[in-house]
Amino acid sequence: MTDRYDAIVVGGGHNGLVCAAMLGRAGRNVLVLEANGQVGGAAITREFADGYTVSACAHLLYQLQPVVQKELGIEPDLAVEDMATIALAENGEHVRIDGVQVDGVSKADAQNFRAFHKRTARFAKLLNKYFNKTPPRLGTRDWADMKTLGSLGLDLRLLGKTEMQAFLRLIGMNIHDEVTERFESPLLKGAISLDAVLGTHLGPRSPNTMLTYLYRLAGDYGRVSTPAGGMGSISEELAHIARQSGVTIRTGMPVTRIIVDNGRVAGVETANGDRFDSMTVISNADPKRTILDLVGPQHVEARFTHRVHHLRARGNAAKLHLALDGLPTIAGLDKKDFAQRLVIAGDEHYVERAFNPAKYGECSAEPVIEMTFPSVRDDTMAPHGKQVMSAVVQYAPYALKGGWDDAAREAFEATTIRTIEKYAPDIASHITASELLTPADIEQEFHMTGGHWHHGELTMDQFMFVRPVAGAAQYRMPLDGLYLCGAGAHPGGGVSGAAGRNAARAILAREKAA
Amino acid sequence: MTVQEVPQGRLRTPFYERMSQLDTLNAWHEWKGYTTPDALYCGETEYFAIRNATAVFDVSPMTKYRITGPDSLAFLDRLVTRDMMKIKPGRVAYAVWCDDQGQVLDDGTIFHLREGEYRLCSQERHLDWFMASAIGFNVDIVVETADVCGLAVQGPTSYSTLSGLDLPGLDQLKLFDLMHCDFEGAELMVSRTGFTGDLGYELWIEPGKAEALWDAVFEAGKLFGIRPIGVHALEMARVEAGYLAPFEDFLPAKGTVRTGRTRSPFELGLEWLVDFKKPNFNGRRALAEEKRKGSTWRLVKLNIEGNKVANASYIFETHKANKGNIGFVTSAEWSPVCKQNIALGTVRMPHGAPGSTVWVEIYYQREMHWSRAMAKAEVVDKPFWFPPRRSATPPGPY
Repeated sequence: MTDRYDAIVVGGGHNGLVCAAMLGRAGRNVLVLEANGQVGGAAITREFADGYTVSACAHLLYQLQPVVQKELGIEPDLAVEDMATIALAENGEHVRIDGVQVDGVSKADAQNFRAFHKRTARFAKLLNKYFNKTPPRLGTRDWADMKTLGSLGLDLRLLGKTEMQAFLRLIGMNIHDEVTERFESPLLKGAISLDAVLGTHLGPRSPNTMLTYLYRLAGDYGRVSTPAGGMGSISEELAHIARQSGVTIRTGMPVTRIIVDNGRVAGVETANGDRFDSMTVISNADPKRTILDLVGPQHVEARFTHRVHHLRARGNAAKLHLALDGLPTIAGLDKKDFAQRLVIAGDEHYVERAFNPAKYGECSAEPVIEMTFPSVRDDTMAPHGKQVMSAVVQYAPYALKGGWDDAAREAFEATTIRTIEKYAPDIASHITASELLTPADIEQEFHMTGGHWHHGELTMDQFMFVRPVAGAAQYRMPLDGLYLCGAGAHPGGGVSGAAGRNAARAILAREKAA
Repeated sequence: MTVQEVPQGRLRTPFYERMSQLDTLNAWHEWKGYTTPDALYCGETEYFAIRNATAVFDVSPMTKYRITGPDSLAFLDRLVTRDMMKIKPGRVAYAVWCDDQGQVLDDGTIFHLREGEYRLCSQERHLDWFMASAIGFNVDIVVETADVCGLAVQGPTSYSTLSGLDLPGLDQLKLFDLMHCDFEGAELMVSRTGFTGDLGYELWIEPGKAEALWDAVFEAGKLFGIRPIGVHALEMARVEAGYLAPFEDFLPAKGTVRTGRTRSPFELGLEWLVDFKKPNFNGRRALAEEKRKGSTWRLVKLNIEGNKVANASYIFETHKANKGNIGFVTSAEWSPVCKQNIALGTVRMPHGAPGSTVWVEIYYQREMHWSRAMAKAEVVDKPFWFPPRRSATPPGPY
């Protein structure tokens, strides 16, 4: 069987759907092939225990770009908007961060946080502007490249001398130095450190963690929300819009090969042997999987392959899902507080200590945890009167010494529950079912190399002009007809839609220029 | 604790003892870590052994890689610009390989020893590039520089010389063929290849049999004017044959710092090695773009008037040197066999089309004082020296 399309999107993750919808709206005949049974990639809602559902990978919405929402006309239904972050203390004296307001810290810290937030939000705003643009190529005389580069320089300069200097100083720094310089509250320092390292193979003292912090902030200036019906509802809405735009979406169709014919892309082949022809193939898969597995290195240049091969994509975040017969007890919290974001990150050293073993392929003995209880405000997630907990747990290295087997998984789950018990002593008695997804499981289920959220570490050497690798940062891969539209491309991971939108725009601009 | 002596200084090839027995000059230099003779008695005389008799040159320092494994062909086909599918077992291919930008990293010869089993010989070392290029290919790449030694036996009487070794099939060995035969219980590989542009062979064998092979070849060549030669004579012959030398006629792309100092195969006159019918090879995209847009440089072979050697000369469009040069000479010499003043050079496109005339500015010294002459030069297409005997099969006896 052979079918011909204007463009084929490999993988129906949220970026793939955004890209497909935009191309569909531009009148292109687009096919999306998703390996799993439902669309959304890492942005899905699924059942993990009888009657209990959860956002299986990404669980908080903090980056969905307004420009994507506007252009596609999506209005996510939010169960909890502008969530506060509560940094848990064992003794119940928690710190609560709500926008620019911090409670439970000294007056000086509260004031400092305001100043810190003001500055970082300003820098985040600058970054955000470039999230929604194709990064310029360096060293070309192309007008579009020069314009973007020039405007970046101008925007930096317009920060003013002091702020520009601060930006250039901060951007390569680590978060640990910044928080210890500014704050005294251990819980506050821990919570900010955690935000900087979520989803990375970095500790707060690793260089570059200021950038990852700003990246997180750049999505929506630190505003966090939970979509009603879980993250899958966003993907479903995107898929609906894509279909309305004439896009064909087929699930349960894993692409096994991107067909290359005479030096250019010609289509794709799926696991069941079907072949779909198109001169444009857009991969929502990560760069390593796309180039090394789907295309095959013999079809692309050696140095490019070498760069892709060496992309760092070592996932470190596990996902813990608990089915609970009721909310646990945490000293100092009442029921409505469970709708907020609860973090376990004792202090700035706690986070670094959690990272230490991960460097050597071992799990944290006392992990850092970001917990949410989506069922508190959303009845659809759990049976009546029951609750669901969705937590990101770090660090659980992808390349665990000895490998991930059932014993290793059970051991890490026990470690995590023990850690939570220090704050919620009765949690274990409420658990009726559980699921732990290690980075290896995340790789397996969501087809992400290394189980890494961002499809490749978000560090300076893999950022913006050189994301995913030098010479391929404009969504176009060095193989005619092949594009990248996922988290591995600029700007990076998170449910933002930016990469998908930018990729679609780059493809349309390319068609126009040709 | 015992102190272990570590050999210092230049390495000696397995033929070193034999060569030094015949050496009268003690003029040696370094070649990729090994010591190699400039000349053993007289460079000029040795040169005439290449063109008139049998010359023996020790090529053991050549960098050699053994490439095997299920994907060896696919790996090589992506690595080099020419079509390796056409190189059957028993054949040798001259090839160039490029970086992602289509700039030449080096040239070399690839011996298809047996089905799927290759040896790549090059001047420079490339293991890092080969390892990077091997990502995704099931190949084994082993450096075998020290495990295989080689003798180039070149010249009109080389066939007659080697006939004395009783190598079955030698008479039917065509240019760029190779064959395996037995030599005192060891495997001897004979290829009809060389760096002289003349009738000639290269013999490859394990180091333990090196001296026995040397002795056998010299015994067989007694009546055919056999002589060992050094680099000086070989260099003269290779310019006549129009062969390129890295670091002289081009810079391997990885060794350059400044932009524009690298060369594409087109810019080295190696277009015939670039096969766009292949779906992919490294640098293909960049080279297709260059073919569309045109190259910057052109390699030229020059027949120059007069007898003053045009070493490192600037090349001009006219005899007036005040209008800016169009290029420069990279290798130059008086060719005794052609009785011609010759040179290889690089000129900016579109200058230097074959058949056109350019001028070279020659500085020469007479009793310390320098003089300058402008000499007319004709751009020629063919190598300066390509005798029919180079490719005649069976080669005639001389």
